[in-house]
Amino acid sequence: MAINYEKKIQREQWELKQASFSSHARLKKESRVFKEDPFFRYLSALCASFILVIMLGILIELYRHSHLSITTFGIKFIYTSAWDPVKKEFGALASIYGTLISTLIAMLIAVPLSLVISLFLTELAPPIITKPVGYAIELLAAIPSIIYGMWGLFVFAPFMSGYIQPALSNNLGFLPLFQGPPMGIGILTAGIILSFMILPFITAMMRDVFKMVPAVVKESAYGMGATTWEVTSKVTMRYGLSGLVGASFLGLGRAIGETMAVTFVIGNYRQISASLFSAGNTIASTLANEFAEATEPLYLSSLLQLGLILFLITIMIQALTQLWLIRIQKGIGKL
Amino acid sequence: MKERSNFLRRVLDWVIKIVATLSALFGIMILIWILFEVGRRGAQAMSFNFFTKLPTPPGVPGGGVANAIVGSLAMVALAGFISVPIGLLAGVYLSEFGKDTKFGSSVKFVISVMMGIPSIILGLFIYTLVVIPTKHFSGYAGALALALIMIPIIARTSEDMLTLVPNSLRESALALGAPRWKVIIQILFRSAKAGLITGVILAVARVSGETAPLLFTALNSPYWMRSLNQPTANLTMTIFNYAMSPYRDWQRIAWGASLLIVIVVLALNIFTRFILRESKR
Repeated sequence: MAINYEKKIQREQWELKQASFSSHARLKKESRVFKEDPFFRYLSALCASFILVIMLGILIELYRHSHLSITTFGIKFIYTSAWDPVKKEFGALASIYGTLISTLIAMLIAVPLSLVISLFLTELAPPIITKPVGYAIELLAAIPSIIYGMWGLFVFAPFMSGYIQPALSNNLGFLPLFQGPPMGIGILTAGIILSFMILPFITAMMRDVFKMVPAVVKESAYGMGATTWEVTSKVTMRYGLSGLVGASFLGLGRAIGETMAVTFVIGNYRQISASLFSAGNTIASTLANEFAEATEPLYLSSLLQLGLILFLITIMIQALTQLWLIRIQKGIGKL
Repeated sequence: MKERSNFLRRVLDWVIKIVATLSALFGIMILIWILFEVGRRGAQAMSFNFFTKLPTPPGVPGGGVANAIVGSLAMVALAGFISVPIGLLAGVYLSEFGKDTKFGSSVKFVISVMMGIPSIILGLFIYTLVVIPTKHFSGYAGALALALIMIPIIARTSEDMLTLVPNSLRESALALGAPRWKVIIQILFRSAKAGLITGVILAVARVSGETAPLLFTALNSPYWMRSLNQPTANLTMTIFNYAMSPYRDWQRIAWGASLLIVIVVLALNIFTRFILRESKR
């Protein structure tokens, strides 16, 4: 009897276990159907991968359509500057040169200027001024490129030829950089307008970098009797150096592909000249100006190859910047 | 460290402080200068005809940009219809499903890279993809190019905004038995509403001033828009063409169109501030 009784209990327990197991499994199965919701998950994953597809598509399409020019000119395309639709000779050197020089001018002006403006915003100005000034600089970033172009062509270029360029050639005219007639439009004006356009981006990011420096670090330097500039140059800037570099790269990426503002003021003349007063062109401005005229397949293909070169340059800069920023963020996580 | 006299340190400090203040003033001055010139020259072009009439040949008074206003609105609206669902869902994927996956972080990386691609390249891409096969410029191509600019912006902001929603909200909704899509649409979207709308408006503000992607796609047209399947008039290309022309009255219209765009873009930007402030209350 005792054995029977024990067996009965065992069986009951087993049945109970089975029942609970099956109901648990059923619940789990149901919940997977309802909660994990594969349709929505895959739909959103599809949209996310769409972005990857676009980037890959740009690369493939630009390469496919510039294939004719790549096979015709080979590597010569990059280091020659002939650009003759009649003789069917094309080389990108002048455009690449103009792009690099105008971007260089923009960086030389915008980076130091952003540095001191963000210093002003974080260290010097009282909060009542910081907010509106920071806001105004953000609005500067929102103004479209073509408005800078209009302003540059009709307002700033006459100002350059009337005041800035004569002053530069009078005082620094012994340098080949500042020789030639002051026409207003040209590489120098394009670079300065570009610097105004990237200034707000760099400033906003440098300000955030400065704000991230712990107050304790700064206060201990102040406590030792350091002046504001000493704290900034020896503590804040060293602490946030990688962030400041990242901010500058962000501005660089913006400046190099900027189209409309540059097209308005650079003069659109294909030449490589030592003088910054002379007209020039960039990759983007060449595309904007000449695309409508390009009916010949080789001409069109060369323009698309210019686009491909610009795409590769910007992708490289952007990827480096993002990797750099990710590295900084990981570093902050460790601290 | 080099010893310096106290006096020199103070002087250097003051010099830097003055330079910094002047630089900030300089930045604001540039903004005011641009806004002032656009306002002054643009206001001269503003009239009833400007908003209601078609463009006229140079020398004929009374021309307007009504067709360009309509065309720009149509293309930006279509670009919005394309990019908002895609960008929003991509943002949902990044914040809800693919947060710590390899695929998720590589998509995030590519989005950041794509935001820095010059808009003229996106125009070229759509040119090769749409304009070459169909053999004509069209408003559809223009809208597609604008949509490509908007998608990464919307994806990025909606990811940021959805990540800000506290986890306890998600968990309590799931605990009540709500399926994932319901949690996302009814709980997450609702609590991040202000941020999501801000992202869309900022993207719209960005593309309403874009010219470069329209150069090879929508082109321009002096006529009313009959359908988006033909070259479509738009404000920014009108500014470009008219500003480059030697005619005074065309240049004046370009200034008018510039003022219109600046007002729209700045108003949208200020409006987003307002939304975010209201939602924080």
